[in-house]
Amino acid sequence: MVADRLIADTTARIFADLAEPRTVNAAHDDAWKVEVWRALVDAGLPLLWVPEEAGGIGASFVEGLAALEAAGAKACAVPLAETMAGAWLLARAGLNVPTKRLALLLPGLRLNAAGRLWGQAAAAPFASSAECLVGIVEDADGVAHVVLVERPSQMECSEDLAGDERGSARFDGTLPVVGATLSREVGRRDLLLLSAAARAALMAGALDALVEMSVGYAQERQAFGRTISKFQAVQHLLARLAGEAAAASVAAQAAGWALDRAEGPLAYALFDVAAAKVRVGEAAGVGAAIAHQVHGAIGFTAEHVLHRFTHRLWSWRDDYGSETFWAEELGRHVAAAGVDGFWGRLTGNPEPASRSVGLEI
Amino acid sequence: MVQGISFAYAPLPPEVESLRSDVRRFLHEASKDGLLAPSAEGGAVRFNRDFSRRLAAKGWIGMTWPRIYGGHERSHLERFIVNEELLFAGAPLTAHFTADRQSGPMLLKYASEDIKRDILPRICAGECTFSIGMSEPGSGSDLFAASSKAVPDGNGWRLSGRKVWTSTAHLADYMIGIFRTAPATRENRRHGLSQFLVDLSAEGISVNPIRYPSGDHHFNEVVLDDAFVPGDHLLGERDMAWRQATSELAYERSGPERFLETIAVLVELVRILGETPDRYAAIGLGRLIAGLQTLRHMSVAVAGMLARGLEPATEASVVKDLGTAWEQALPAIARDLAEGVGEPEARLRFEHALARAILIAPKLTIQGGTTEILRGIIARGLGLR
Repeated sequence: MVADRLIADTTARIFADLAEPRTVNAAHDDAWKVEVWRALVDAGLPLLWVPEEAGGIGASFVEGLAALEAAGAKACAVPLAETMAGAWLLARAGLNVPTKRLALLLPGLRLNAAGRLWGQAAAAPFASSAECLVGIVEDADGVAHVVLVERPSQMECSEDLAGDERGSARFDGTLPVVGATLSREVGRRDLLLLSAAARAALMAGALDALVEMSVGYAQERQAFGRTISKFQAVQHLLARLAGEAAAASVAAQAAGWALDRAEGPLAYALFDVAAAKVRVGEAAGVGAAIAHQVHGAIGFTAEHVLHRFTHRLWSWRDDYGSETFWAEELGRHVAAAGVDGFWGRLTGNPEPASRSVGLEI
Repeated sequence: MVQGISFAYAPLPPEVESLRSDVRRFLHEASKDGLLAPSAEGGAVRFNRDFSRRLAAKGWIGMTWPRIYGGHERSHLERFIVNEELLFAGAPLTAHFTADRQSGPMLLKYASEDIKRDILPRICAGECTFSIGMSEPGSGSDLFAASSKAVPDGNGWRLSGRKVWTSTAHLADYMIGIFRTAPATRENRRHGLSQFLVDLSAEGISVNPIRYPSGDHHFNEVVLDDAFVPGDHLLGERDMAWRQATSELAYERSGPERFLETIAVLVELVRILGETPDRYAAIGLGRLIAGLQTLRHMSVAVAGMLARGLEPATEASVVKDLGTAWEQALPAIARDLAEGVGEPEARLRFEHALARAILIAPKLTIQGGTTEILRGIIARGLGLR
């Protein structure tokens, strides 16, 4: 079964109408972000992963990631992925989901015995502009809680490589708006896994856009008396870019299917989510470099829209665990399964496989 | 997704996945009976008629073909699973692999009813081996430069010329090859080639070995000297082989054999790294696995397209390009990660697998369409040519 494209198509239309990269690249302020966010909220997209009975859309992870791929194809600069993931967590923990722009609470925090939040969270995408922050925090006894807090006034604000806002929240005994002990249905790293998959989908979308832009540019740009698309060297660059984009898209889709198939904690999808974040992150590096090479000097200007994609790819690959972080996770996971188990992990069927050996010792 | 290239992925459905356990049980039995045993020369025995027969008895050759020709009318996704498990196990597949992957589907599409009823059941029984006669001394990547000729003679054709790099021809019963039946036209230089089914035991055909640098014998030269083939051995439309070849490539280029030929290196790497590798090795291993898992998913996506009756030739080229690049890089990465690690016995196994992979690696991006040809096809899919 191929997933329903309706949600992705709706997302694509909203971004095309209100956040077309060429248009917003020339905008003088961020008013367009308000507009596009309102449209996304009206369409229910930030609550895609919240069940219908909790006021959301109840979409599958595959459908939600397809929506994010569509958003990535327009160089999404609003916290759609963060809000979707945060809202999912709140609903999963049985908490009410506010209609607010959410960002995540990354590690660095603890809950004291009185249920108050202390510490400084690692810098998180969109945390400095979100209305609320959501995350999984441990108390002194090592019990994990899902918490939702108002964005604190004390924030260390910064920007990522694309200029999108991020922030590190500091808490000195803040009482969360709501909180719940982690149920058996939720894993301690579920939010990280889901956010990594969401970044993979955004990157896959951006890589698709790079293919389209780069192919289009190569077919217009004249040099040496013909369009540069006629040069074999350029064709091979574009073929490689298309291959990386295809790999990224498949890896992100597969992560979604694995998340949908995970019963209980999302950690069951670790293998495919980690593989996706690694492979898509690699594709982002290769793909961005090729797109710039094809575009030449014009692609290296503020005026041209290319940087909206490449700068985000360079940031997104680091968000919620870089290739290195997830490769180590994946490598340890595979090594722990051992030589008799690793093929079972890849194929999702743990029964041992036999192998011929090349040499009898 | 971008014009012309589309990878809609869906995982293998659970009812299809259940076949995986059957294949593993089958391989356990085959292993106990010595059918996965190593050969004297060190590499796995690649050609083993008994193994193919046993596989045939399970209904795992010609899986997707109609029952009337001995097939089993199962899906491309089921075929994917059987194939993938066999390849991972290092099972000897040469006796049936080419016939099952591409020659059979070609015959199904283009051969006469008599030929289909004669040959396809024999392939499905594991009794019939095919080879592919494309390349010639003056025609490799440039397939349409082929000059071997087919000349009408009574109710058949006379074939003359030399085919080279013809894998397994010395063990094969048949070859499907391309021969010139008319000159190329000014408008279309691909015009004028036809596909023929050639019985390699026919008079006027000799098969001579061309050895790898290792001394292994896979390649052959097939010399045709006025060899006669009956009229119905012309497959499909005369002079139009170029059009027919496209669908063949979708089968030839997208399967897991494009990245599992030297998988033993990865297996032995996991073995010597042990259950708690250091950080450097864990990261390197994780990156390898991420690449492999993505390739598996891409190959499944193409199998899904074949199951839906599509001809994803461009997507297949993408899988082969990425798959062979991954596999070609594998030995160098494994060599790096394994430096100074492992007990002597595990090391010996690793180094043996590594040696084979290093020696094989260069051919991966040449056989079945070079990287350069593949990127040209992908570029065409992108609308660039």
